[in-house]
Amino acid sequence: MVMTGLGATMVRAGRRLLSSLPALFGVLVFTFLLMRVLPGDPAVFFASGPNAGKEEIEQIRKQMGLNKSVPEQLVFYLSDIGRGNLGRSMMTGQPVLKDLRERLPASLELTLTALLIALIAAVPLGVVAALRPGSIIDHGVRLFCALGVCVPTFVSGLLLIYVFYYLLGLAPDPTGRIDVFTSLPPQRTGFLSIDFLLAGDFEGWWAACKQLALPAVSMALFVIAPLARITRASMLVSLGSDFVRTARSVGLSWGKVVVTYALRNAILPVITIAGIVFSTMLGANVLVEKVFSWPGVASYALDALLSSDYAPVQGFVLLMASLFVLVNLVVDICYGIADPRVSIG
Amino acid sequence: MSEELLRIDDLHVAFSTRRGMVEAVRGVTLTVQAGEMLGLVGESGSGKSVTGFATTRLLDAAGRVTGGKILFRGRDVTKLRGDDLRQLQGAAMSMIFQNPRSALNPIRAIGLQIADAILTHKRISKEAARAEALELLRAVQIRDPEARMNAYPHELSGGMCQRVMIAIAISCNPALLIADEPTTGLDVTTQKVVMDLLADIAAARGMATILITHDLGLAARYCRRIAVMERGRIVEEASPRTLFSAPKHSYTKRLVAASPTATSRIEDLVTREERERYATVVSRPRQEPAHGTPPLLEVRKLAKRFDQGSAAVADFSMTMAGGESVGLVGESGSGKSTTSRMICRLIDPSEGDIVFDGQSIGHVASRDFHRSPLRKDIQMVFQDPNESLNPRFTAFDCIAHPLMRLDGMRAGDALRKRVEECAERVGLPLDLLPRFPHQLSGGQKARVGIARAVACRPRLLVLDEPTAALDVSVQAVVLQLLDRLRRDDDIALLFVSHDLNVVRMLCDRTIVLRNGGIVEQGESRSLFDNPKTDYTRKLVEAIPHIETGEVLAAAL
Repeated sequence: MVMTGLGATMVRAGRRLLSSLPALFGVLVFTFLLMRVLPGDPAVFFASGPNAGKEEIEQIRKQMGLNKSVPEQLVFYLSDIGRGNLGRSMMTGQPVLKDLRERLPASLELTLTALLIALIAAVPLGVVAALRPGSIIDHGVRLFCALGVCVPTFVSGLLLIYVFYYLLGLAPDPTGRIDVFTSLPPQRTGFLSIDFLLAGDFEGWWAACKQLALPAVSMALFVIAPLARITRASMLVSLGSDFVRTARSVGLSWGKVVVTYALRNAILPVITIAGIVFSTMLGANVLVEKVFSWPGVASYALDALLSSDYAPVQGFVLLMASLFVLVNLVVDICYGIADPRVSIG
Repeated sequence: MSEELLRIDDLHVAFSTRRGMVEAVRGVTLTVQAGEMLGLVGESGSGKSVTGFATTRLLDAAGRVTGGKILFRGRDVTKLRGDDLRQLQGAAMSMIFQNPRSALNPIRAIGLQIADAILTHKRISKEAARAEALELLRAVQIRDPEARMNAYPHELSGGMCQRVMIAIAISCNPALLIADEPTTGLDVTTQKVVMDLLADIAAARGMATILITHDLGLAARYCRRIAVMERGRIVEEASPRTLFSAPKHSYTKRLVAASPTATSRIEDLVTREERERYATVVSRPRQEPAHGTPPLLEVRKLAKRFDQGSAAVADFSMTMAGGESVGLVGESGSGKSTTSRMICRLIDPSEGDIVFDGQSIGHVASRDFHRSPLRKDIQMVFQDPNESLNPRFTAFDCIAHPLMRLDGMRAGDALRKRVEECAERVGLPLDLLPRFPHQLSGGQKARVGIARAVACRPRLLVLDEPTAALDVSVQAVVLQLLDRLRRDDDIALLFVSHDLNVVRMLCDRTIVLRNGGIVEQGESRSLFDNPKTDYTRKLVEAIPHIETGEVLAAAL
């Protein structure tokens, strides 16, 4: 039973992946229709100028396939997607797939780093608060979390820039992922911090990390609160449970009781929340990307939406939906490894 | 002769609650000799567990020792701190808890959990600790211990988990073991095996044991000396024999009377003074149904399979006459609750038929049965009186609800009268009716549950372990109430229980279930006195007996 635990988790994960396909298809059709009912005519937008002639607009329309009926357009769109073609962005003139592939690593690197920072800060905060409920520390953590939630990310981002770039001069110019004059490492993972390390360029790595720090921290501040609160709550339950009392009854050391017995059990719900938080951050970090001129997918999709450029927005939504499914899968697998009871049910 | 190991001297423990300080232990004094097994018996809230937790220093943050001393080998435990305390916990005294499954870390292999305890007190390598853990699993008689080392608590049965807990508790050979309700919630047969094991281990290793329990019979079977606690005080301390033959304190008398024995009758469960208070209605003997009357309930070849395919209940047939009481007994997993729920039409049977009063109801889907006119004829009383009442309904609402839904009554004077009448029938004081469940005691909640079930005057009442969560003195009163309802209103009772002593008293006939099938059935008294199958015999023998005066006299 113990041996098959991992196998059972994989089977569960596979089943979950299959069952999410209809939902993905639904998202696809829904976004397609949504884009069609939004006001704004892309053909007008992309015509050569404000005084473009009717024929020219009609020409663009035909070129874009907009003269066909909506169901026909949907069929074309779906068959394109089936062949791996997400269409071409009118804005950049490049295939959407290529655009997304260039920009996704930037978003992922930022979001993952932010989540990591948030977890490293939130879990100890939650544990400390749970160990002394009602104490000054507990109230301090609560205040910190409240501030993190109620200050919008773009405000905290701007504040960080003001303090660390303008006043202290510790942070680099807050634009983009790397100084324009730095030579880029050969692209392997797309994560600059990792690519620099692989290329052995430590100076570049340090520069990339410094660029990453401020946007990642301002995103992390926003999600520390839910993570710390759930850690505190589940830690309280864990500390009050019978098995922690058992551990104390045989005289286990304080550290062993808190970490091995209480925290390992308390971390299970935190994994679930971390998955949800990650998915939300990925889509919602557009504000941070804008403030720090971060070349990520969210700001790309926002620009496309503002200029009625259908294909990138649809591609972005599809990407987010797929990522959401993947993240849930990863959470599922982590949970299956962390909790031996899951593989049974 | 033997040396004094533990002396508790005028112990006071108080808990700070929202309503101020509450004293849970108020001046307990007792001693434990090395190697002896002392029984600490009392009902819920008597402070027996708190005394145990104070001794092992495991009180909640809200609890505090406010007075007295706990001397263990001459040192005051209440004043120990830090490393001194940790050397005591586990190494010199350890504890076994109620509900073994939740007492073990759910996500840590049991071998590691035992090794954790060993490594805390001995400077040995991890491999050596693992080898010792394996030895301990052998000592507590776990089958296939090598494979079980890597098992998690959820993969083991409750009895197995309690053995693992015992292994952890004895891992460093403590001199004192405190067992807090170690077998509550386990089946009678498992209870006997676990208790025998515990007694053997304690005797072999010369450990003193304090057995904290609500079950006088259990304490009498394993202890030479029993201390009875009531409301934070020890009211009497004696050998089991003296306690049962000549209890001195009035509370002990009540407790001894309320503990069901092999020969006790329902009337005997309360002392004479109490009986006079309740005996306002003279029970009349039940009249035998005329010959040839069709049975009230007929169950034919009932079966239930859940998703996994294995049958929870298979080929179950029985009949019940009106006003009859039938007991359904068996260990956990025997299918007794599943069967009772099918008969109540709360879940659908996979096969077979249920005929109630000549009408087939087995094929009415359980989700539609609430519309059937027979719904009010078949009612149920559930196991946990705390969980089965809606926390946002007052006692009045709880009882009025079935009257409005099933009898079509409207809010008004007539309804109020019916509810008050129901409350009177079950002995629930009328001034409690506006209260919410959390403002009622366990016994009062049980009465509300019964009043709700009998409100529509059902002809069949199915009771799923209705007294399992109650103290014996409350159980005694509830059993009397059920017996009176049956005699006065001619309600047939299907009584699901694992407590054979209770079934023996209350039920005319008994059906023994095992693994979803009927093992044996027959008239209760003869079935228990002369069991025909080994399984029933094992069940009967596992009940802790309280030796009554005559038996003891004969033994002397």
